[in-house]
Amino acid sequence: MRVDVNGRTESVRGGTLADLIDELGFDADSVATALDGVFVPRADRAAIPMRDGAKVEVLSPMQGG
Amino acid sequence: MFYGVDLNCRLMLGTAQYPSPQVLRDAISASQTEVITVSLRREGHGGEAFREILKDSGCRILPNTAGCHTVREAVTTAQMARELFGTAWIKLEVIGHADTLQPDPFALVEAARILTADGFEVFPYTTEDLIVGEKLIEAGCRVLMPWGAPIGSGQGLRNIGGLRSLRAYFPDIPLVIDAGIGAPSQAAQAMELGFDAVLLNTAVARALDPVGMARAFGQAVAAGRLAHDAGLMPERDMAQASTPIFGMAELA
Repeated sequence: MRVDVNGRTESVRGGTLADLIDELGFDADSVATALDGVFVPRADRAAIPMRDGAKVEVLSPMQGG
Repeated sequence: MFYGVDLNCRLMLGTAQYPSPQVLRDAISASQTEVITVSLRREGHGGEAFREILKDSGCRILPNTAGCHTVREAVTTAQMARELFGTAWIKLEVIGHADTLQPDPFALVEAARILTADGFEVFPYTTEDLIVGEKLIEAGCRVLMPWGAPIGSGQGLRNIGGLRSLRAYFPDIPLVIDAGIGAPSQAAQAMELGFDAVLLNTAVARALDPVGMARAFGQAVAAGRLAHDAGLMPERDMAQASTPIFGMAELA
């Protein structure tokens, strides 16, 4: 299926949000996730199924003011 | 006292725009700050080194919602930040205007209400408007962060009268001047006016010598606070001789 991850279209196998994070090589413990604009806590990722066209944001700490 | 936390240093420092990670590290140390602000961005921009700095600094992290323009964006970003940093503190920015980076007070109050109800300890980046301040406090905020001037402008305290009123109107609410500070003298002035702390970034990060400037700001904030506590003399319209007239020789 095709999913929008951080503004890029990715072809992924599917499964859950946890699977997607794993498949794309993110460090699951050092990122925070949102699906279609809604925060998904780390503990819930394995229970959230991915669907075609989903919009995923994977964020991490960055310099800021 | 910020949500039950007492700080020794009244300077809060942003972490963006430094020439190198080492300079950021040294500037944090030279400033003696105990609070640094950080953002969240899409993973994939080499955040590992930065994570190390955050850990090593020993500072309390104040994550921000910089760049958010809507209630929903800000709330989601805050929730993501709480998980990443393990803190309920959030510097809430909801920007209403792209050129001035002026906060949207209506969206700010709404986001603050949602977040405080969810257990967040909100530091709202706001204007010096008294009524907005009142609404933010009603929404559950226990700190206000009025701007001195637009973010990154270095203009200092643009509306001193308004800031003075805010201080007088909310004597028991910790007030932090956030944004617009360009020089240590301006930070000292904020402290002399009775503000509890100053948050700044660009003035240090973009200085010729950021580490030296960080030290200067740390000392300016401390000096301004000392001056406030010591009690500043009232201003006068006319001169008043400081040397007594009594005992003066007649030499004319």
